[in-house]
This record gives sequence, C-alpha cells and structure tokens, in this order.
Amino acid sequence: MAFLRRFLRSRFAGLGLLLVLVAVAAAGLGEAIAPYDPEAQDIMERLLPPLSPGEDGRHWLGTDALGRDLLSRLIVGARVSMLVGVASVIVSALVGVTCGLVAGHEDRVLGRALMALTDIQLAIPFLVLALAVVAVLGPSLWNLIMVLGLANWVQYARVVRAECLVLRNLDFVQAAITCGTPPFGILARHLLPNVMSSVTVISGLLVAKMILFESSLSFLGLGVPAAIPTWGGMIADGRNYVANAWWVAAMPGFALFLTVIGINLVGDRLRDLLDPRLAQVEN
Amino acid sequence: MLAFLVARLLHAVAVIFGVSVAVFFLIRVGGDPSALFLPPEASLEEIARFRHAMGFDQPLAVQFLQFLGRAVQGDFGQSMRYEQPAMRLVLERFPATLELGAAALGLSLLVAVPLGILAATQRGRAADRAGLLVSLLGQSFPTFWLAIMLILLFSETWGILPPSGRDGWRNLVLPAIALAAYSTAIITRLLRSSMIEVLQSDYIRTARSKGLAPMPIILGHALRNAAIPTVTVIGLQVGALLGGAVITEEIFAWPGIGRLAIQSISNRDFTVIQAFVLFMAVLIVGINLLVDIGYALLDPRIGRR
Repeated sequence: MAFLRRFLRSRFAGLGLLLVLVAVAAAGLGEAIAPYDPEAQDIMERLLPPLSPGEDGRHWLGTDALGRDLLSRLIVGARVSMLVGVASVIVSALVGVTCGLVAGHEDRVLGRALMALTDIQLAIPFLVLALAVVAVLGPSLWNLIMVLGLANWVQYARVVRAECLVLRNLDFVQAAITCGTPPFGILARHLLPNVMSSVTVISGLLVAKMILFESSLSFLGLGVPAAIPTWGGMIADGRNYVANAWWVAAMPGFALFLTVIGINLVGDRLRDLLDPRLAQVEN
Repeated sequence: MLAFLVARLLHAVAVIFGVSVAVFFLIRVGGDPSALFLPPEASLEEIARFRHAMGFDQPLAVQFLQFLGRAVQGDFGQSMRYEQPAMRLVLERFPATLELGAAALGLSLLVAVPLGILAATQRGRAADRAGLLVSLLGQSFPTFWLAIMLILLFSETWGILPPSGRDGWRNLVLPAIALAAYSTAIITRLLRSSMIEVLQSDYIRTARSKGLAPMPIILGHALRNAAIPTVTVIGLQVGALLGGAVITEEIFAWPGIGRLAIQSISNRDFTVIQAFVLFMAVLIVGINLLVDIGYALLDPRIGRR
C-alpha cells in the first residue's frame, strides 16, 4: 500500500496505471462488455463513421469494411496483445535470468559461452528472423509467444550477470559460500532476490516492446491466425480503406498507442522507484 | 592497441560464424524448405529433383558444411524464386535502404541532439518536459501505424507528398519520418541522461569556476563525453533500428532490403532470407567494431584494457 502511494505520487504514473488497467479490463472481460458481437457482419452498415447510430445503440468508433463494430473488436483484440505481451516477457525473463545467474556465478567457460550467445543474438535482425520462423512454423499464439520470448532474453542475461558479478564479492555471499551453501542455494537464496528489482524494471518496459512486436507481426499477417481479432490485424485491414474511412486503421492504432504509453509510464515510474541506477544507463 | 584490434576482430568473426549457425538451423526447424516452397500439387519426382538440386537430400551437417564452404568463397546460394545469386539481390537493394537509414538517422540527430542537450541543461523545466514527452511518444508509436497515418495526412488528405515508391527526395520524407520516430526517442533519452551525469562531474565544475562561458562548457567539454555512452548504445541498437526499416519499407513500397526480406518470407525463398540475415549481421557487427575502434583511438584507456 505504501508502495502504491509512492507510485501514485507521480501524476503521469497514475495516468499510465489507469491506461493499463483499462487495457487489462478489456482483455479480461472481452465479449462481456463489448456492445456488439465482434464477429457479427452487416454489409448494410459497412464503413460507418464513428458515432453512427446502429441497431443496438451507437457504433461509437464506427464499423469496418464488413460492417463489424470497431469498438467491440478493439475490446476483444486487447486480449491477444496483453496475453502475448505478458506471456512472452515471462518466457524471456525465465530464460534470461537463468542464463544471467549462471553466467554471473560461474564466469569461466559456461558463463563466457552464454555471453557469446548474447552477442550473436544482438547481431541478428530479430524481426526478420521472427517472421521467417513464424512463416515456417505457421502462425499460432503459442509459436508467437515462444519466438518473441526466446528472442528477447539478452537484456535480462546481461543485467543479471553484471549484478551477480558484483554481488558475488559481497560479504554475505562470501559468508554463505564459506558456510558450505551449495551453488544452487547461493543462486536461489542469495543472488536471485537481489536482482529481482532490476528484473521487474526490465519486464515493465519489455512488455510494451513485445506488444509493439506482436502487433507488427500481426499487421504483416504473420502473428496469430487471421481469424482472431488483433489490433495489428485490424490496422492491416483498415490500411486499404484509409483514403475514405480513416477510422478503421486509426482506432486500433490509438488503442495500441495508448496502451503502450500507459505501460511505458508505469515502467518508467517503477524504474525511478526501484532502481535509480538503471535510470542513468538504460535506454 | 594492436592486441586490442586483433581481439576485437576475432570476436567479430566468431559472432558472425555464430549467426550463420543460428540462421542455418533456425530456418530449417520446420523441416525441409522445399515442402514449403513447392506448390502442393508437385509430383514426387519434381520434389526429389528440386531437393537434389538444392542439396536438401543431404544430411543437415553436410548441408551446413557445404553452405559454410561456399559462403567463405562469397557464394550464398541461388534465390529459389528469382534464380539469381541471393547475395546479389541483397546487395542490389542495399543502397535504397542505406539512403533511407541515413536520412532517418540524420533527422533523428537533428532533433534529438539539441533536445537532449536542452533537456539536460534545463532539467525540470519546459525544455526537459518536451524532451521527455518526445522520448515517450517516439517509443510508444507503432511504426507501421505512424506510417499509415503519415500517408493518410500528407498523401491522401493534403496531397503534398507521394505515399510510395522511390524517385526523388519527396518520396524519402515520409518513410524517413516514420523510421526516425523511434531512434529520436532513444537518442534524446540517452543523451539527456548521460549529459546530466557528465554535467555533475568535477571537471565541469572546474571549467565553470575558471569562468568559462556556458556554451563552450556544454558543447566542448560535456557533449564530447556524454556522446560516448550514447553512441555505444546506438551501435548496439542498430539491429533494432534496421528492423524498423523492414516494416517502413514494406508500407511505403521502398525498394530496399527490408522489402526484399518480407517478399522472400512470403515466397518462402530461404536462401535470400539467409543471405539477408548474414548481410545484416556483418553490417551490425561491423558498425560495432568501428565504434569500438573509434573509442580506442579517442580514449587510450579503452585500448589498454
């Protein structure tokens, strides 16, 4: 509670938290709060501008080329963005933190090899490789989460390793080693808890990046299967009508933009509160 | 210094080798590329002939050694679709990407450097808020959406700039803005924080107490040192920045290597994707190598480590 009060002392962070909560609510409640059936097509009501009256009340954000209610599709589309954003960050964090802890604890052959892997990863144009892998494996939610997750572990590994190299020489870790604590105990009980604040900070900002990646891939038709409504897929649909129905592409983009701003504001605030040092070195 | 150069060079070669291993096997995780490339109605003989021609009937390890052996001689295989050397396709398209990337980076620096300096020197005031706002917005814009909105405004609504193609500087404006948004945000943010750090150091205080004017201190003393971490991180981000170019090129129909990569992915043209990723890896590693060597020359302490 005290942390939340400190968190909310910044008005921008409060705004960010509000935006995130709206997106989470949309993702969680989905169809339950959508005014229309997101899949219901009505060719007579195609490309209606925002605020147009419809059968069950207004189409607040208009309709798309198949006459589907944009607001309802936006609400349901939040689900893929949030799910992929959070799940892929969990995958990245699991892989990256494990590698970072191992490399920070054992800075010889294995540790060096893991750090060489991070160099290789950074030299690969990630988006293109992700596209190629998804093209080979076929678009599915699971493939997307794994590809995004396994491509973004580097930042965790590097930061966690650097912190462990410092922690390892502190008295309490040296004392634990002297007492005969096995390596796993050192990693899990002494190193891991002390890197958690950095991990939280990285995760907050990485969720925003992953949501942008997911929507880029869905926009190119290589994200989740096209039948599931996603913000990226909706922008791709709307792109063809941008000259006479700008709202079809603009509205999902606004939703995406506001969600990412919200997450970035929350992430920035977490960084300021949890790790003042990162604020200086990280981008 | 020589030992440092040799070590960095060896490291770069090792990284590129690692990338080639990763790419080769990742593209084949889904199995035989010919199954994806050939039409579903292809006969068994056709498939066998194609597999033999491309070498897919060999064991993976043999294929990889052959691939490496040829790559060292500059042969990256034939494009499965265009029946031309894959690397030539990439190299032919590269000047267009270079032009777009240079324009975007120039634009980013033009905005980010003054803004980052102002934000750091006017900490907490209007200029600082503007800097933070630019970095927040730039980082949060989905590149592809920004691109479509730029087309909507400047091409469809006002009709002052062309939405696609590449013939003349007018075609360059919109894609360069779309691509520059993210890097402007990153550079502003990094330069601001490293300037703030440098401005608190002792030698700046000394320069101030000597009575030097603020401008020479900021531009001559502080900026030079604040630029080092900024340029390093930009070097590390080259991959991400060029990734943005892939989508930007696709939307503006800009005939660069990013568009080639997307086309090759939808054509399942794996030799071209392989050549593209390797080319990018050499580019990224090369840029970082130059950055490292540049520092060793600028700052003798780095070379001696």
